[in-house]
Parts: sequence; C-alpha cells; structure tokens
Amino acid sequence: MVQFTLPKNSKITTGKTWPKPEGATNIRKFQIYRWNPDDGKNPRVDTYFVDMDSCGPMVLDALIKIKNEIDPTLTFRRSCREGICGSCAMNIDGINTLACIYGMDEIKGDVKIYPLPHMPVVKDLVPDLTHFYAQHASIMPWLETKTNRPAKEWRQSIEDRKKLDGLYECVMCASCSTSCPSYWWNGDRYLGPAALLHAYRWLIDSRDEATGERLDELEDPFKLYRCHTIMNCAKTCPKGLNPAKAIASIKKMMVERMV
Amino acid sequence: MRILTDRKRAEGLGAAHRGTEHHWNMIVSSSALIGLVPLFVFTVGAAIGRPYDEVIAYFQRPFPAIVAVLTLLVGFIHFRHGVQVLIEDYTGGLTRKVLIICMICLSYAAAAIGLFAIARVAL
Repeated sequence: MVQFTLPKNSKITTGKTWPKPEGATNIRKFQIYRWNPDDGKNPRVDTYFVDMDSCGPMVLDALIKIKNEIDPTLTFRRSCREGICGSCAMNIDGINTLACIYGMDEIKGDVKIYPLPHMPVVKDLVPDLTHFYAQHASIMPWLETKTNRPAKEWRQSIEDRKKLDGLYECVMCASCSTSCPSYWWNGDRYLGPAALLHAYRWLIDSRDEATGERLDELEDPFKLYRCHTIMNCAKTCPKGLNPAKAIASIKKMMVERMV
Repeated sequence: MRILTDRKRAEGLGAAHRGTEHHWNMIVSSSALIGLVPLFVFTVGAAIGRPYDEVIAYFQRPFPAIVAVLTLLVGFIHFRHGVQVLIEDYTGGLTRKVLIICMICLSYAAAAIGLFAIARVAL
C-alpha cells in the first residue's frame, strides 16, 4: 500500500564528513547512505572526498577506493565489475543503475549514492532482494516441456531465437522493479518488471510447451495488471532493455486468447 | 507473526485468473471515447448560447441525444473501471473494498442521473 512519508526510524540524518585526502588536487565529493542494523540509529548520509587522479572512472571504482582507503565499514555488493552479475545495483544520482558500468563523468556535481529504493535494507547499500528472487522463481524461469526429450536437443529456428533478444540479457539487478511506483506500492503481489520480462522470455520461447499454464498463472489483477506503462523500468535499465514492452506483449497474448 | 517461506510469500493466494476482461473493457471504452468525446463536445457546443426552447428542441433530435447518452454511459463505465485501478493501487485491506463499493455505486448513480436528465429533455 502507498506510503508518502518515511517511518520515523527510516528518516535520514546527516552523518560523518570524512577528511579530504592530503595533497590531492582533483577531489570529488561523495554522499553515501549509511545504515547499520546493529547500532539502533537512524540512517545517515556520510560525506567522503576521493582523489580522482588515483581512482578508476566508474562509480564502483570510487566505492572500492573509499572502502579500501577511507572507511572499511562501508558495505555494498559487487562481483563481476562489468555489468554481467547485477550485484552492484544501487541508486546513483537519482537513477537505479549498476555502479560498475556507470561512469562518474555522467554525473554533474556531488555523487549521491543510495540503496535501491523502497526495499528493506540489510546494511548500507545492500537491499534485501529475497522477495524479488522468490517472485522470479514463481514464474518458472526454465524450459517446460511435455514432449519426450529429443535425442539431441530442443531445436529452434533462427527467427524464433531472435525473439529472445532484448529479453535474455536481463541480469536480475532489480533496478527496474525498484524504480516502478506500482512495485513500490504493491510489490507484495505485483511481480514487477524484471519477473514479468523473464516470464515473457519463456512465454515466447518456441521450445516451451507450458505457454497456457504460464499465462494462467500470470492472469491476475495484481501479478500482471498493476503495470500502468509508467516506463520507469525501460528508462532505468542499465542493460538498455525494455521490460514495459515485454509486459505489454504479455497483455496482448492474454487478449489474444480471449478475443 | 507468521513463519512463511519466501516462495509461499511470493505466491500468496495464487492467480485470480481474471483481469484480462477488465483490461479489454478499458481498451474498448477508451476507443469508443476517442470518437464520442469530440462528437459530444461539438454537439453540445453547437447548443451553447441558444435560447432555452431551441436547446430543448435540439436535444430532442436523435443524433445529439444519442451522442450525449452514449458519452455519459461509456464515460462512466470507463470511469468505474479506471478508478477501481486507482483505488487498488493506493489503498489496501478493508478500505480498498469499501472504496471500490462506494465508487461503483457513485458511478452507476451518476450515469443514471445523466441518462434520466437527457431522457427527460429528449422524450
């Protein structure tokens, strides 16, 4: 359900300002959300100054530098550093994106970093994605077949394979779902752009034989029809995908089998 | 407090197996309104500023009366479905159900009042 104000214990306060690096001439200011579940305090925004002459070009480079050289308690997820694993999704300069492929040259002024919006926070920049992953699992993200397994492989034409382009590339970073107001207000029931994009990826897979069952499971005023084509998902996707289009295609399939 | 698995929480009560009809109704009513609203504006606009007797006589003609009836009827059906989505988006629990009931009653009442008014003028 909609909430227009933060709960008392989520109101953000001003945090610590860390000293500037000595002798550095090219300094950039970083304002980073901090919250520790163990200290019982409200979240705060800490200010860090990074010497850009000895830092890589991406936001993740700066975060790693801060953790290594300034504040080892700063917590965030990261793994591949090339936009494939989706671990380092966070809200940077007001946009949900992957820190590893978001260049600091794209940001004007101070760099403001928050965790993905409207998700429970585990610590600092780490959101709790448990429900998001469970929703993904609920759409059966695997090939479902009824025909006996072929001797070699499930065959697919080149044209049918092309239909999966723009869908299979999703890395489940949750940037899209956490940018969607419908997911903010009704995320307990609405599957969200990421899960629905994956659902469509299997719906149009020519080898999958559970299309009807998949559509049955999606046909729900909340699971699917909370999407109002707001398009935040397409705007924010760090991989340049269009979940809103995939959701519209699912709705078209629903109408197709009814009318 | 309930101890539920993540999957159980995500599945909830399962799919309602409905929603497509609502979606289709919105497409149909909005398509109809694309044509009806300009017609309504032009037909009502033509009567504005005329003397009372002329306006009554104007709405006793079939075309303006039918356009007005259809616009009101389709408009309130569209309103009823649209506002239901709005209520579902922003409210929950008992409030959601009460508001949906009130909104449906209000929509049908407003449509009925409009239709009665046009019928009284046209017939």
